[in-house]
Amino acid sequence: MTWLSDQVVDRLQATLRLPDLSGTRYRPIRYLARGGMGTVWLAEDTVLDRRVALKILDAADHSGELAARLLREARILARLEHPGIVPVHDAGTLGDGRVFYCMKYVEGQRLDHALRNINSLPERLRLLARIAEPIAFAHSKGILHRDLKPENIMIGSFGEVLVMDWGVAKVKGSAPTACLIATPATTGEAAEEKTEVNRRLDSSSTSATSSLNLPETGHGGIFGTPGYMSPEQTRSDPVDERTDVFSLGAILTFMLSPITTGQADSSSQPQPLRPVPRPLQAICAKATAPERVSRYASVEDLSADLARYLEGLPVTAYREGFFERAGRVSARHRVAIVLVTAYLLMRLLLIFFSRR
Amino acid sequence: MNKILVGLLLGGILGIFDGLTAWFYPEARAGIVGIVIGSTIKGLIAGVLIGVFARKVNSLAWGVVFGLGVGLILAFVVAYMDGHGYYFKIMLPGGTVGLIVGYATQRYGSAAHLQRT
Repeated sequence: MTWLSDQVVDRLQATLRLPDLSGTRYRPIRYLARGGMGTVWLAEDTVLDRRVALKILDAADHSGELAARLLREARILARLEHPGIVPVHDAGTLGDGRVFYCMKYVEGQRLDHALRNINSLPERLRLLARIAEPIAFAHSKGILHRDLKPENIMIGSFGEVLVMDWGVAKVKGSAPTACLIATPATTGEAAEEKTEVNRRLDSSSTSATSSLNLPETGHGGIFGTPGYMSPEQTRSDPVDERTDVFSLGAILTFMLSPITTGQADSSSQPQPLRPVPRPLQAICAKATAPERVSRYASVEDLSADLARYLEGLPVTAYREGFFERAGRVSARHRVAIVLVTAYLLMRLLLIFFSRR
Repeated sequence: MNKILVGLLLGGILGIFDGLTAWFYPEARAGIVGIVIGSTIKGLIAGVLIGVFARKVNSLAWGVVFGLGVGLILAFVVAYMDGHGYYFKIMLPGGTVGLIVGYATQRYGSAAHLQRT
Protein backbone atom coordinates (compact mmCIF):
# COMPACT_ATOMS: atom_id res chain seq x y z
CA MET A 1 0.00 0.00 0.00
CA THR A 2 1.39 3.40 -1.04
CA TRP A 3 0.93 6.39 1.25
CA LEU A 4 0.18 9.70 -0.34
CA SER A 5 2.44 12.56 0.61
CA ASP A 6 1.00 15.57 2.40
CA GLN A 7 1.61 17.62 -0.69
CA VAL A 8 -0.46 15.31 -2.82
CA VAL A 9 -3.21 15.18 -0.19
CA ASP A 10 -3.28 18.97 -0.03
CA ARG A 11 -3.53 19.19 -3.78
CA LEU A 12 -6.35 16.64 -3.84
CA GLN A 13 -8.20 18.52 -1.12
CA ALA A 14 -7.76 21.78 -2.99
CA THR A 15 -9.13 20.17 -6.13
CA LEU A 16 -12.09 18.73 -4.25
CA ARG A 17 -12.87 22.12 -2.76
CA LEU A 18 -13.04 23.78 -6.17
CA PRO A 19 -16.62 24.79 -6.85
CA ASP A 20 -18.49 23.15 -9.66
CA LEU A 21 -18.86 26.03 -12.07
CA SER A 22 -20.00 23.90 -14.98
CA GLY A 23 -22.74 25.58 -16.88
CA THR A 24 -21.31 29.00 -16.13
CA ARG A 25 -18.79 31.10 -17.99
CA TYR A 26 -16.31 30.88 -15.09
CA ARG A 27 -13.43 28.50 -14.47
CA PRO A 28 -12.11 28.28 -10.89
CA ILE A 29 -8.43 29.09 -10.43
CA ARG A 30 -7.81 29.14 -6.71
CA TYR A 31 -9.29 29.73 -3.32
CA LEU A 32 -9.02 33.27 -1.96
CA ALA A 33 -10.89 33.43 1.32
CA ARG A 34 -13.48 31.65 3.36
CA GLY A 35 -16.26 32.84 5.56
CA GLY A 36 -19.27 31.44 7.28
CA MET A 37 -21.71 32.31 4.53
CA GLY A 38 -19.52 31.67 1.55
CA THR A 39 -16.16 31.42 -0.06
CA VAL A 40 -14.41 33.79 -2.40
CA TRP A 41 -12.67 32.19 -5.36
CA LEU A 42 -10.39 33.55 -7.97
CA ALA A 43 -11.85 32.51 -11.29
CA GLU A 44 -11.42 33.12 -14.96
CA ASP A 45 -14.19 34.59 -17.04
CA THR A 46 -13.84 32.40 -20.12
CA VAL A 47 -15.93 34.68 -22.32
CA LEU A 48 -14.10 37.92 -21.62
CA ASP A 49 -10.80 36.22 -20.78
CA ARG A 50 -10.18 38.03 -17.52
CA ARG A 51 -9.74 37.20 -13.86
CA VAL A 52 -12.64 37.79 -11.54
CA ALA A 53 -13.53 37.05 -7.94
CA LEU A 54 -16.53 34.85 -7.23
CA LYS A 55 -18.30 34.86 -3.93
CA ILE A 56 -20.22 31.61 -3.60
CA LEU A 57 -22.47 30.36 -0.81
CA ASP A 58 -20.95 27.36 0.96
CA ALA A 59 -24.02 25.22 0.55
CA ALA A 60 -27.41 25.44 -1.06
CA ASP A 61 -29.53 27.55 1.27
CA HIS A 62 -32.94 25.93 1.68
CA SER A 63 -34.32 28.66 3.92
CA GLY A 64 -33.24 31.23 1.37
CA GLU A 65 -32.00 33.60 4.04
CA LEU A 66 -28.28 33.42 3.25
CA ALA A 67 -28.93 33.48 -0.48
CA ALA A 68 -31.10 36.54 -0.03
CA ARG A 69 -28.38 38.20 2.04
CA LEU A 70 -25.71 37.46 -0.55
CA LEU A 71 -27.89 38.74 -3.35
CA ARG A 72 -28.76 41.81 -1.31
CA GLU A 73 -25.05 42.56 -0.91
CA ALA A 74 -24.53 42.06 -4.65
CA ARG A 75 -27.44 44.36 -5.44
CA ILE A 76 -26.14 47.05 -3.12
CA LEU A 77 -22.72 46.85 -4.78
CA ALA A 78 -24.34 46.92 -8.21
CA ARG A 79 -26.16 50.14 -7.29
CA LEU A 80 -22.90 51.77 -6.34
CA GLU A 81 -21.05 52.42 -9.56
CA HIS A 82 -18.05 54.34 -8.34
CA PRO A 83 -14.28 54.01 -8.90
CA GLY A 84 -13.87 53.58 -5.14
CA ILE A 85 -16.22 50.61 -4.94
CA VAL A 86 -15.50 47.15 -6.43
CA PRO A 87 -17.97 46.58 -9.27
CA VAL A 88 -20.21 43.54 -9.45
CA HIS A 89 -20.29 41.97 -12.91
CA ASP A 90 -22.76 39.16 -12.51
CA ALA A 91 -24.88 37.17 -10.06
CA GLY A 92 -26.65 33.87 -10.36
CA THR A 93 -27.19 30.34 -9.13
CA LEU A 94 -24.91 27.37 -9.71
CA GLY A 95 -26.15 23.99 -10.87
CA ASP A 96 -26.21 22.74 -7.27
CA GLY A 97 -28.44 25.61 -6.15
CA ARG A 98 -25.77 27.76 -4.54
CA VAL A 99 -26.02 31.48 -5.11
CA PHE A 100 -22.93 33.41 -6.23
CA TYR A 101 -21.92 36.79 -7.46
CA CYS A 102 -18.98 37.82 -9.57
CA MET A 103 -16.94 40.94 -9.02
CA LYS A 104 -13.75 42.58 -10.16
CA TYR A 105 -10.57 40.99 -8.90
CA VAL A 106 -8.23 43.63 -7.56
CA GLU A 107 -4.80 43.32 -5.99
CA GLY A 108 -3.58 45.72 -3.39
CA GLN A 109 -2.83 46.37 0.26
CA ARG A 110 -5.06 46.94 3.22
CA LEU A 111 -5.02 50.49 4.53
CA ASP A 112 -3.27 49.56 7.78
CA HIS A 113 -0.46 47.94 5.79
CA ALA A 114 -0.28 50.64 3.14
CA LEU A 115 0.17 53.28 5.83
CA ARG A 116 3.62 51.92 6.63
CA ASN A 117 4.80 53.43 3.36
CA ILE A 118 2.93 56.71 3.76
CA ASN A 119 4.71 58.84 6.30
CA SER A 120 3.69 62.32 5.18
CA LEU A 121 0.77 63.81 7.09
CA PRO A 122 -0.75 65.65 4.08
CA GLU A 123 -0.55 62.45 2.04
CA ARG A 124 -2.43 60.55 4.74
CA LEU A 125 -5.07 63.25 4.91
CA ARG A 126 -5.51 63.24 1.16
CA LEU A 127 -5.88 59.47 1.36
CA LEU A 128 -8.68 59.82 3.88
CA ALA A 129 -10.40 62.36 1.65
CA ARG A 130 -10.28 59.77 -1.14
CA ILE A 131 -11.71 57.12 1.18
CA ALA A 132 -14.55 59.49 1.99
CA GLU A 133 -15.50 59.92 -1.69
CA PRO A 134 -17.14 56.51 -2.26
CA ILE A 135 -18.81 56.77 1.15
CA ALA A 136 -20.29 60.13 0.26
CA PHE A 137 -21.40 58.66 -3.05
CA ALA A 138 -23.07 55.72 -1.29
CA HIS A 139 -24.83 58.13 1.05
CA SER A 140 -26.13 60.06 -1.94
CA LYS A 141 -27.65 56.76 -3.11
CA GLY A 142 -29.21 56.19 0.31
CA ILE A 143 -26.77 53.48 1.45
CA LEU A 144 -24.85 53.42 4.73
CA HIS A 145 -21.74 51.25 4.97
CA ARG A 146 -21.82 50.69 8.77
CA ASP A 147 -18.58 48.69 8.91
CA LEU A 148 -15.83 51.10 7.92
CA LYS A 149 -12.43 50.18 9.35
CA PRO A 150 -8.85 50.05 8.03
CA GLU A 151 -9.20 46.36 7.08
CA ASN A 152 -12.07 47.24 4.78
CA ILE A 153 -10.14 49.87 2.89
CA MET A 154 -7.85 48.64 0.15
CA ILE A 155 -5.19 50.58 -1.67
CA GLY A 156 -4.78 49.10 -5.14
CA SER A 157 -1.48 48.60 -6.92
CA PHE A 158 -1.93 51.90 -8.77
CA GLY A 159 -2.86 53.80 -5.62
CA GLU A 160 -6.59 53.53 -6.18
CA VAL A 161 -8.70 53.49 -3.03
CA LEU A 162 -11.40 50.86 -2.69
CA VAL A 163 -13.97 50.57 0.07
CA MET A 164 -14.83 46.92 0.65
CA ASP A 165 -17.24 44.79 2.69
CA TRP A 166 -20.66 46.18 2.01
CA GLY A 167 -22.19 43.05 3.55
CA VAL A 168 -23.70 44.91 6.47
CA ALA A 169 -24.59 48.01 4.48
CA LYS A 170 -28.02 49.46 5.11
CA VAL A 171 -30.35 50.96 2.59
CA LYS A 172 -31.90 53.99 4.21
CA GLY A 173 -35.57 53.58 4.83
CA SER A 174 -35.46 49.78 4.61
CA ALA A 175 -36.83 47.64 7.41
CA PRO A 176 -34.39 46.85 10.22
CA THR A 177 -32.73 43.47 9.99
CA ALA A 178 -33.13 41.33 13.08
CA CYS A 179 -29.70 39.92 13.58
CA LEU A 180 -26.52 40.78 15.36
CA ILE A 181 -23.33 41.26 13.45
CA ALA A 182 -20.22 42.37 15.25
CA THR A 183 -17.12 41.90 13.15
CA PRO A 184 -13.97 41.62 15.25
CA ALA A 185 -11.15 43.81 14.04
CA THR A 186 -8.46 41.53 12.72
CA THR A 187 -4.82 41.78 13.64
CA GLY A 188 -2.89 43.58 10.97
CA GLU A 189 0.48 42.10 11.91
CA ALA A 190 -0.68 38.60 11.22
CA ALA A 191 -1.89 39.41 7.76
CA GLU A 192 0.25 39.19 4.69
CA GLU A 193 1.97 42.31 3.44
CA LYS A 194 0.53 41.89 -0.02
CA THR A 195 -3.03 40.70 0.11
CA GLU A 196 -5.69 40.31 -2.46
CA VAL A 197 -8.47 42.80 -2.19
CA ASN A 198 -11.12 40.18 -2.51
CA ARG A 199 -9.76 38.23 0.43
CA ARG A 200 -11.47 40.80 2.59
CA LEU A 201 -14.78 40.45 0.94
CA ASP A 202 -15.89 37.51 2.97
CA SER A 203 -15.62 38.84 6.48
CA SER A 204 -19.17 40.05 6.34
CA SER A 205 -20.27 36.56 5.41
CA THR A 206 -18.56 35.17 8.48
CA SER A 207 -20.44 37.59 10.58
CA ALA A 208 -23.69 36.88 8.88
CA THR A 209 -23.58 33.20 9.62
CA SER A 210 -22.49 33.69 13.17
CA SER A 211 -25.36 36.08 13.51
CA LEU A 212 -27.82 33.31 12.98
CA ASN A 213 -26.72 31.71 16.23
CA LEU A 214 -26.92 34.92 18.16
CA PRO A 215 -29.95 36.31 19.90
CA GLU A 216 -32.01 38.84 18.05
CA THR A 217 -31.87 42.42 19.13
CA GLY A 218 -34.85 44.52 19.88
CA HIS A 219 -34.41 47.29 17.32
CA GLY A 220 -32.87 45.42 14.49
CA GLY A 221 -29.23 44.63 14.98
CA ILE A 222 -25.76 45.62 16.02
CA PHE A 223 -23.58 45.93 12.95
CA GLY A 224 -19.97 46.97 12.78
CA THR A 225 -16.63 46.65 14.51
CA PRO A 226 -15.89 47.71 18.08
CA GLY A 227 -13.65 50.77 18.04
CA TYR A 228 -14.99 51.92 14.69
CA MET A 229 -18.68 51.53 15.45
CA SER A 230 -20.63 54.60 16.49
CA PRO A 231 -22.28 54.63 19.95
CA GLU A 232 -25.74 54.59 18.40
CA GLN A 233 -24.71 51.52 16.42
CA THR A 234 -23.61 49.71 19.59
CA ARG A 235 -26.93 50.61 21.18
CA SER A 236 -28.67 49.34 18.03
CA ASP A 237 -30.43 52.67 17.71
CA PRO A 238 -31.47 53.91 14.29
CA VAL A 239 -28.45 55.17 12.34
CA ASP A 240 -27.87 57.73 9.61
CA GLU A 241 -24.90 59.11 7.63
CA ARG A 242 -23.27 60.28 10.84
CA THR A 243 -22.57 56.69 11.83
CA ASP A 244 -20.17 56.45 8.86
CA VAL A 245 -18.80 59.88 9.80
CA PHE A 246 -17.93 58.39 13.20
CA SER A 247 -16.17 55.42 11.57
CA LEU A 248 -14.26 57.72 9.22
CA GLY A 249 -13.23 59.81 12.23
CA ALA A 250 -12.00 56.65 13.96
CA ILE A 251 -10.06 55.72 10.80
CA LEU A 252 -8.58 59.23 10.70
CA THR A 253 -7.56 58.88 14.36
CA PHE A 254 -6.01 55.53 13.50
CA MET A 255 -4.16 57.02 10.53
CA LEU A 256 -2.73 59.81 12.67
CA SER A 257 -1.91 57.72 15.72
CA PRO A 258 1.56 56.35 16.49
CA ILE A 259 0.42 52.75 16.08
CA THR A 260 0.21 53.20 12.33
CA THR A 261 3.82 54.21 12.01
CA GLY A 262 5.27 50.99 13.33
CA GLN A 263 3.22 47.93 14.06
CA ALA A 264 0.02 48.30 12.17
CA ASP A 265 -2.63 46.75 14.34
CA SER A 266 -6.07 48.10 13.90
CA SER A 267 -7.44 45.88 16.64
CA SER A 268 -5.92 48.36 19.06
CA GLN A 269 -8.08 51.25 20.03
CA PRO A 270 -7.00 54.49 18.39
CA GLN A 271 -4.35 56.10 20.57
CA PRO A 272 -4.33 59.70 21.75
CA LEU A 273 -2.80 61.94 19.12
CA ARG A 274 0.61 63.23 20.15
CA PRO A 275 2.43 65.28 17.53
CA VAL A 276 -0.74 65.92 15.57
CA PRO A 277 -1.74 69.57 15.11
CA ARG A 278 -4.63 70.75 17.25
CA PRO A 279 -7.01 71.49 14.36
CA LEU A 280 -6.62 67.88 13.22
CA GLN A 281 -7.23 66.63 16.73
CA ALA A 282 -10.36 68.74 16.78
CA ILE A 283 -11.48 67.27 13.45
CA CYS A 284 -11.01 63.76 14.86
CA ALA A 285 -12.84 64.69 18.04
CA LYS A 286 -15.75 66.24 16.15
CA ALA A 287 -16.07 63.29 13.77
CA THR A 288 -16.04 60.78 16.64
CA ALA A 289 -18.23 62.77 19.03
CA PRO A 290 -20.36 60.38 21.13
CA GLU A 291 -23.48 62.42 20.40
CA ARG A 292 -24.19 62.42 16.72
CA VAL A 293 -25.60 65.95 16.79
CA SER A 294 -22.08 67.12 17.67
CA ARG A 295 -20.55 65.36 14.66
CA TYR A 296 -20.19 66.55 11.10
CA ALA A 297 -23.58 66.38 9.45
CA SER A 298 -22.17 64.54 6.44
CA VAL A 299 -19.05 62.94 5.06
CA GLU A 300 -18.70 65.89 2.67
CA ASP A 301 -18.48 68.25 5.65
CA LEU A 302 -15.68 66.16 7.14
CA SER A 303 -13.84 66.11 3.80
CA ALA A 304 -14.31 69.85 3.40
CA ASP A 305 -12.75 70.47 6.82
CA LEU A 306 -9.80 68.25 5.91
CA ALA A 307 -9.40 70.11 2.62
CA ARG A 308 -9.45 73.43 4.50
CA TYR A 309 -6.74 72.15 6.83
CA LEU A 310 -4.63 71.01 3.88
CA GLU A 311 -4.98 74.41 2.24
CA GLY A 312 -3.92 76.18 5.43
CA LEU A 313 -7.38 77.60 6.05
CA PRO A 314 -9.21 77.62 9.41
CA VAL A 315 -11.24 74.50 10.11
CA THR A 316 -14.78 74.58 11.43
CA ALA A 317 -13.97 72.11 14.20
CA TYR A 318 -11.39 74.30 15.90
CA ARG A 319 -11.42 77.87 17.15
CA GLU A 320 -7.86 79.11 16.94
CA GLY A 321 -6.20 81.80 19.01
CA PHE A 322 -4.47 84.90 17.68
CA PHE A 323 -0.98 83.41 17.65
CA GLU A 324 -2.19 80.16 16.14
CA ARG A 325 -3.94 82.13 13.43
CA ALA A 326 -0.81 84.20 12.78
CA GLY A 327 1.29 81.05 12.64
CA ARG A 328 -1.11 79.37 10.23
CA VAL A 329 -1.33 82.40 7.93
CA SER A 330 2.45 82.86 7.89
CA ALA A 331 2.94 79.15 7.20
CA ARG A 332 0.45 79.35 4.36
CA HIS A 333 2.16 82.35 2.77
CA ARG A 334 5.69 81.40 3.77
CA VAL A 335 7.25 81.79 0.32
CA ALA A 336 5.59 85.13 -0.34
CA ILE A 337 6.72 86.43 3.06
CA VAL A 338 10.29 85.25 2.43
CA LEU A 339 10.32 86.92 -1.01
CA VAL A 340 9.00 90.25 0.25
CA THR A 341 11.37 90.18 3.23
CA ALA A 342 14.28 89.44 0.91
CA TYR A 343 13.21 92.36 -1.31
CA LEU A 344 13.01 94.75 1.67
CA LEU A 345 16.37 93.59 3.02
CA MET A 346 17.95 94.06 -0.37
CA ARG A 347 16.49 97.54 -0.58
CA LEU A 348 17.86 98.42 2.87
CA LEU A 349 21.30 97.08 1.95
CA LEU A 350 21.33 99.06 -1.31
CA ILE A 351 20.43 102.26 0.56
CA PHE A 352 22.97 101.54 3.27
CA PHE A 353 25.83 100.93 0.83
CA SER A 354 24.94 103.84 -1.43
CA ARG A 355 25.24 106.21 1.58
CA ARG A 356 28.71 105.04 2.57
CA MET B 1 -8.79 86.94 -7.94
CA ASN B 2 -8.02 87.07 -11.65
CA LYS B 3 -4.33 86.46 -12.44
CA ILE B 4 -4.02 89.63 -14.50
CA LEU B 5 -5.63 91.63 -11.71
CA VAL B 6 -3.23 90.14 -9.17
CA GLY B 7 -0.30 91.09 -11.43
CA LEU B 8 -1.68 94.58 -12.00
CA LEU B 9 -2.31 95.29 -8.31
CA LEU B 10 0.92 93.84 -7.02
CA GLY B 11 2.97 95.34 -9.86
CA GLY B 12 1.43 98.74 -9.17
CA ILE B 13 1.92 98.60 -5.38
CA LEU B 14 5.48 97.32 -5.60
CA GLY B 15 6.18 99.86 -8.36
CA ILE B 16 5.03 102.74 -6.14
CA PHE B 17 7.07 101.39 -3.23
CA ASP B 18 10.11 100.90 -5.47
CA GLY B 19 9.83 104.48 -6.69
CA LEU B 20 9.40 105.88 -3.17
CA THR B 21 12.70 104.34 -2.08
CA ALA B 22 14.40 106.90 -4.33
CA TRP B 23 13.73 109.35 -1.50
CA PHE B 24 16.63 107.76 0.38
CA TYR B 25 19.02 108.72 -2.41
CA PRO B 26 19.73 112.47 -2.06
CA GLU B 27 20.77 112.79 -5.70
CA ALA B 28 17.39 111.43 -6.87
CA ARG B 29 15.16 113.15 -4.28
CA ALA B 30 14.46 116.15 -6.47
CA GLY B 31 12.84 114.10 -9.19
CA ILE B 32 10.98 111.68 -6.93
CA VAL B 33 7.54 112.36 -8.44
CA GLY B 34 8.74 111.41 -11.90
CA ILE B 35 10.53 108.37 -10.51
CA VAL B 36 7.42 107.16 -8.65
CA ILE B 37 5.22 107.63 -11.72
CA GLY B 38 7.72 105.88 -13.97
CA SER B 39 8.26 103.07 -11.50
CA THR B 40 4.51 102.58 -11.09
CA ILE B 41 3.97 102.41 -14.85
CA LYS B 42 6.83 99.93 -15.08
CA GLY B 43 5.25 97.85 -12.33
CA LEU B 44 1.86 97.92 -14.03
CA ILE B 45 3.30 96.89 -17.39
CA ALA B 46 5.26 94.08 -15.73
CA GLY B 47 2.14 93.02 -13.78
CA VAL B 48 -0.04 92.82 -16.90
CA LEU B 49 2.60 90.90 -18.87
CA ILE B 50 3.23 88.46 -16.04
CA GLY B 51 -0.51 88.09 -15.37
CA VAL B 52 -1.22 87.30 -19.02
CA PHE B 53 1.61 84.77 -19.00
CA ALA B 54 0.24 83.19 -15.82
CA ARG B 55 -3.12 82.80 -17.52
CA LYS B 56 -1.54 81.01 -20.45
CA VAL B 57 1.05 78.94 -18.57
CA ASN B 58 -0.06 77.33 -15.35
CA SER B 59 3.34 76.65 -13.78
CA LEU B 60 4.83 78.18 -10.65
CA ALA B 61 8.41 77.66 -11.79
CA TRP B 62 7.85 79.17 -15.23
CA GLY B 63 5.87 82.01 -13.69
CA VAL B 64 8.78 82.90 -11.42
CA VAL B 65 11.32 82.65 -14.26
CA PHE B 66 9.16 84.75 -16.58
CA GLY B 67 8.52 87.34 -13.85
CA LEU B 68 12.22 87.62 -13.12
CA GLY B 69 12.97 88.01 -16.83
CA VAL B 70 10.33 90.69 -17.40
CA GLY B 71 11.42 92.55 -14.26
CA LEU B 72 15.05 92.52 -15.35
CA ILE B 73 14.32 93.61 -18.93
CA LEU B 74 12.06 96.50 -17.91
CA ALA B 75 14.53 97.59 -15.23
CA PHE B 76 17.33 97.46 -17.79
CA VAL B 77 15.32 99.70 -20.13
CA VAL B 78 14.73 102.18 -17.27
CA ALA B 79 18.42 102.12 -16.25
CA TYR B 80 19.45 102.61 -19.88
CA MET B 81 17.07 105.56 -20.31
CA ASP B 82 18.29 107.05 -17.03
CA GLY B 83 21.78 107.26 -18.45
CA HIS B 84 23.57 107.38 -15.09
CA GLY B 85 24.66 103.78 -15.24
CA TYR B 86 22.79 102.66 -12.13
CA TYR B 87 22.20 99.27 -13.67
CA PHE B 88 22.79 97.28 -10.49
CA LYS B 89 20.75 99.59 -8.25
CA ILE B 90 17.78 99.54 -10.63
CA MET B 91 17.91 96.04 -12.08
CA LEU B 92 18.33 94.11 -8.82
CA PRO B 93 15.12 95.44 -7.19
CA GLY B 94 13.32 95.45 -10.55
CA GLY B 95 14.14 91.78 -11.10
CA THR B 96 13.05 90.91 -7.54
CA VAL B 97 9.75 92.74 -7.99
CA GLY B 98 9.16 90.78 -11.21
CA LEU B 99 9.97 87.55 -9.40
CA ILE B 100 7.51 88.34 -6.59
CA VAL B 101 4.77 89.26 -9.07
CA GLY B 102 5.50 86.08 -11.06
CA TYR B 103 5.15 83.97 -7.93
CA ALA B 104 2.04 85.77 -6.70
CA THR B 105 0.14 85.53 -9.99
CA GLN B 106 0.67 81.78 -10.14
CA ARG B 107 0.07 81.14 -6.46
CA TYR B 108 -2.80 83.49 -5.69
CA GLY B 109 -4.42 84.23 -9.04
CA SER B 110 -7.41 82.10 -9.98
CA ALA B 111 -7.46 80.39 -13.36
CA ALA B 112 -9.66 81.81 -16.11
CA HIS B 113 -13.20 80.43 -16.05
CA LEU B 114 -14.19 78.08 -18.82
CA GLN B 115 -16.85 79.51 -21.04
CA ARG B 116 -19.74 77.40 -22.16
CA THR B 117 -20.39 77.50 -25.88
